[in-house]
Amino acid sequence: MADELTPDELLDKIDYGTDSGNWLDTTKSVQIRPGMYCYAAKPESVETLGLPNARSWNPTEEDWKLPDNWQQIIHDGIKERLEKFRTFKIFMDVCVRCGACADKCHFFLGTGDPKNMPVLRAELLRSIYRNDFTTAGKILQKIPGGQRLGGNRPLTLDVLKEMWYYFFQCTECRRCSVFCPYGIDTAEITIMARELFNLLGLNIDWIATPVSNCYTTGNHLGIQPHAFKDMLEFFVEDIEDITGVDCTPQFQKKGADILFITPSGDVFADPGTYTCQGYLILFQYLKEKYGLDVTWSTYASEGGNFGFFTSHETMKRLNAKMYYEAKRLGVKWILGGECGHMWRVIHQYMDTMNGPADFLEVPVNPITGTKFHNAASTKMVHITEFTADLIKHGKLELDKSRNANRIMTFHDSCNPSRGMGLLDEPRYVIQNVCDHFYEMPPNTIRENTFCCGSGAGLNAGENMELRMAGALPRATALKYVHEKYGVNTLGTICAIDRAALSTLCEYWVPEVEVAGVHELVGNALILPGEKERTEDLRMEPLPGCEEEE
Amino acid sequence: MTQKYLIPLTAVFLLFLVAYAGAGAGLGWFFGIVFPYLAVIAFLVGFVIKVMGWARSAVPFRIPTTCGQQKSLPWIKQNRIDNPDTASGVFIRMLLEIFLFRSLFRNTKAAFNRNASNRITYSWEIFLWLAALAFHYAFLVVLLRHFRFFTAPVPSWVQFLEALDGIVQLGLPGLFLSGVVLPAAVLFLLARRLFDQKVRYISQGSDFFPLFLILGIAVTGIFMRYFTKVDILAIKEMTMGLVTLSPTIPDGVANLFYAHLFLVSILFAYFPASKLMHLGGVFLSPTRNMANNTRAKRHVNPWNYDVPIHTYEQYEDHFRDKMIEAGLPVEKKE
Ligand code: SF4
Ligand code: SF4
Repeated sequence: MADELTPDELLDKIDYGTDSGNWLDTTKSVQIRPGMYCYAAKPESVETLGLPNARSWNPTEEDWKLPDNWQQIIHDGIKERLEKFRTFKIFMDVCVRCGACADKCHFFLGTGDPKNMPVLRAELLRSIYRNDFTTAGKILQKIPGGQRLGGNRPLTLDVLKEMWYYFFQCTECRRCSVFCPYGIDTAEITIMARELFNLLGLNIDWIATPVSNCYTTGNHLGIQPHAFKDMLEFFVEDIEDITGVDCTPQFQKKGADILFITPSGDVFADPGTYTCQGYLILFQYLKEKYGLDVTWSTYASEGGNFGFFTSHETMKRLNAKMYYEAKRLGVKWILGGECGHMWRVIHQYMDTMNGPADFLEVPVNPITGTKFHNAASTKMVHITEFTADLIKHGKLELDKSRNANRIMTFHDSCNPSRGMGLLDEPRYVIQNVCDHFYEMPPNTIRENTFCCGSGAGLNAGENMELRMAGALPRATALKYVHEKYGVNTLGTICAIDRAALSTLCEYWVPEVEVAGVHELVGNALILPGEKERTEDLRMEPLPGCEEEE
Repeated sequence: MTQKYLIPLTAVFLLFLVAYAGAGAGLGWFFGIVFPYLAVIAFLVGFVIKVMGWARSAVPFRIPTTCGQQKSLPWIKQNRIDNPDTASGVFIRMLLEIFLFRSLFRNTKAAFNRNASNRITYSWEIFLWLAALAFHYAFLVVLLRHFRFFTAPVPSWVQFLEALDGIVQLGLPGLFLSGVVLPAAVLFLLARRLFDQKVRYISQGSDFFPLFLILGIAVTGIFMRYFTKVDILAIKEMTMGLVTLSPTIPDGVANLFYAHLFLVSILFAYFPASKLMHLGGVFLSPTRNMANNTRAKRHVNPWNYDVPIHTYEQYEDHFRDKMIEAGLPVEKKE
């Protein structure tokens, strides 16, 4: 990040005193600045999915190469979505601009840019809605100066560019929604806006290319089947070095009990890879002890769903593979790994889009007999629900002391916390595998949790300034517990987090490491027949096994 | 910026003058009869159209914002109100939302200190919640008290409410608490819009207009009650005429009253076309009024349609050789 801002320079820029101009003016507002935006989608990726207007273009150039009737396309797009989504329609109408959400967004807190206040982000689109779709707006248009009063404006190219810029500065984290008296969810508005942009081929590459990869190869990195298998086997070797036990997984096994799907980030990037090793260790343990038969699939090898950041339709297209594969393999139910937006999609959308999953059974943990009533229809269980249940029933032999060097805190990922309510399960697991656990301040955890700043497809390299600014609220809370309790490890249950928070820590709190919850489980779990372990999954000495200097 | 609030302020003032002067010029029937009827019709029709418009739009996905622990394993304590999985939980969540503005109650204020620790700090911000609550309840009480003008005999609950509202006896006529709280709350909300930089930036003319309008209504009402003694009997005769659909224009109705009534009528007519419709919207907001049970119960999307997907067969066709070579199971061997 040599060419980017230092933390101090970034902090110097923050000023919550907003400018006093009228935000409806676009004259000086459309300044798409390097470091704050992501590169445009490559035409090949857009083409793979058959989405409109594939071409190469550059957001900083004047000409965005839009179709001639682009205004009509957006107008019709808004109209269609107003009918299809009551959320959208109500959220366009009822905001009272009370400002309760204004200082809840991590991007506003980190940049001080007034257009990053959730209400204003939504107003960018509302100004068009009011102009084109409301009686008041239609009347006000005709009165000189009337548009200023009602806050409506016609859709010009500058307005479009401004919207594009700011709707790709929202990570769809929903924190604003918690505080709004009407539950207005700016994330939902961002989702609609991004759908509209996609009608004009205005996606970013860090979303479009993973989506196209997921679609054809099954995972967003485009790892081909044999390579996927190789990567897991590579972990198996590492695990064998560390524990002396062979944890080779099964692939595409017909008739297995459970199909396991995790985000491919876990297979590809540190520190997610350690979490992945944790899964392998857990499944080996359960197979050895209780005969549980878990299979992976290279076809459905992606839990993360970047389609969610594209359009509802694309989300559905990617998500469909989970059920499709579960049915083909004839498993009983599906277990899902640690991922944020993957779980928002599974929890709130999957059954509705791609169900009913009547070819699966209501999930029962065969080892404890627990029936997961909360997943009775989707037939899909979160791995922390599963592991927490095993621990509660005393089915896992754990040696906590192997994580004794980890002074933990936990980052609630936005999607599982505000779109699901998965709060206590991961905490329970952490507390059973680690000795030291401290919470960050209450305004920054659970439903108040702060985004990593890189969610919703903004985890690219070129927008680092935006990401680090957005990461600031999470970082200051983390820094606080680091200084107060000596916290050195940030636990999380999201693959994007494992990547994004590592960068965040490097930048803001370099003394803290990031670990998935199942990495810690993998460290603590005593595998049958294991040798005496001296290293953790990162191949660093276990507490008490450090070499003498 | 200034035009955002000066124009609405001027507009309310002009509306007042128009009615005041108009009534003086003998147009009482228009401000006292025609316009109120039109306004009520506009309100009712507009309100219904708006709500029906919302209700017509689909709710394809169950996407509540969850603000607490989900229902999962039996030994994990669920937050039944903020993360309800049943209709009764949702009902309580909505009651708290509608009557106590629960989400607003959570409001915090963030501050950033550029110093050694560079912390962002959060403090509980209760004033917006308090002012909003005070405003809405005072408004409700005032509205209900006005039933005295539309009913004969005056029902006992109105009398009881009046007694409660006037419990602090200060001089004659008795001072109504709501008459103090309402303007005070409006002034606070106005001050916030004018002096809090963030809120000023996001405010539109359409945010100031209703505040000035309501302030105008309150001020004219208070004036009539405490300062220029208006002929209450004449007014009641007129209002009773309006509700019994046999309107009359009695003598002795003060021009100030016409102005008051006109501003009220404007508020009614303006209501459905404005952000004031949050009154209806709060009931229908899908992030609040749905249970978080999507994994447990199936929910149907009325416009769900089939989409092209990349099937396993296509996948295997594409990668078959590589899969066989890597020892992965395949459906077709060649
Ligand atoms: S909290 Fe809700 S009503 Fe208030 S400004 Fe934000 S979105 Fe609008
Ligand atoms: S959803 Fe998150 S990122 Fe988007 S406006 Fe709200 S708080 Fe900001």
